[in-house]
Amino acid sequence: MTETIVVTSGKGGVGKTTTSASIATGLAQRGHKVAVIDFDVGLRNLDLIMGCERRVVYDFVNVIQGEAALRQALIKDKRHETLFVLAASQTRDKDSLTQEGVGNVLEALAQDGFDYVICDSPAGIEKGAHLAMYYADRALVVVNPEVSSVRDSDRILGLLASKTRRAERGDGAVQQHLLLTRYNPARVEAGEMMSVKDVEEVLGIPVLGVIPEHESVLAASNQGVPVILEESSHAGHAYTDAVARLLGEERPMRFLDAPKKGFLKRVFGG
Amino acid sequence: MGILDFLKTRPKNTANIARERLRIIVAQERSQRGGPDYLPLLRSELLAVIKKYVNVDPEAVLINVERDSGQEVLELSVTLPEVKA
Repeated sequence: MTETIVVTSGKGGVGKTTTSASIATGLAQRGHKVAVIDFDVGLRNLDLIMGCERRVVYDFVNVIQGEAALRQALIKDKRHETLFVLAASQTRDKDSLTQEGVGNVLEALAQDGFDYVICDSPAGIEKGAHLAMYYADRALVVVNPEVSSVRDSDRILGLLASKTRRAERGDGAVQQHLLLTRYNPARVEAGEMMSVKDVEEVLGIPVLGVIPEHESVLAASNQGVPVILEESSHAGHAYTDAVARLLGEERPMRFLDAPKKGFLKRVFGG
Repeated sequence: MGILDFLKTRPKNTANIARERLRIIVAQERSQRGGPDYLPLLRSELLAVIKKYVNVDPEAVLINVERDSGQEVLELSVTLPEVKA
């Protein structure tokens, strides 16, 4: 059985592509055969985060329009045998993605024995975002602890419940998970940022993982390495935990507390 | 918290403000979700009519569509302002 997971958010810049790259890589590390697809037609970026930008020959739209075979367009990851990237097209024609075309590609991936297909959604609620979520079995809703991101993600939760194939067929709901990114425990403790509990309470669905805000995320994207592969990064470890939970394992939440201050800092503040 | 912290003015807990604002707007938006598309327009036109007679607050008009065993009920509730004695 192939499981299709959409990574979506509504709001832009919250970490969808970073998350797609790390979750796909994490699942491949666990031995699964994984394809990760960039649905952001016109603004291809997943290839950069995955570090395969110079190997893109054919893209998602080429496959849908029959200009290339799926096999030709899937880019095999340099680090993991069972991980493949399907790049977005750089065309400005948003209509080049069709519901039928996307369905055919997903069907072909299922025939090819893929265990997981990760759909990296574009921001917004337009066609690309709609098609990225349409065939999903599960959804990872990426949210920052910030008002506009939380509100937009609630909008997305509503669409997942009504505008997906599962909803239309009455096949049971798309399983929804929250992934809280750019979390800053020190600011949460200072009352400057909403906590995990706050966001869970407002949206009413449990958090699958919390990714701390960390410089390693930018450093990893600079180098085209999914942050989950950074051995010393807390953000990377948090993604590893999230992948384990996605696979049904129990892992305690880490990195929710601010680092303890030393004696002098406690006395004099700072 | 250091002993010199009293010298600084304590910042407000803005996270709580964010959570409360979201709680309200998310609940409101969820209640409208799945309803017919004409609801917001219907609401604003009704409000205009009511305002001709009573000076009500825009938030005093609540519209809801309830589905109950195959029947749809359009529920309208208007809170009138308190009459000054």
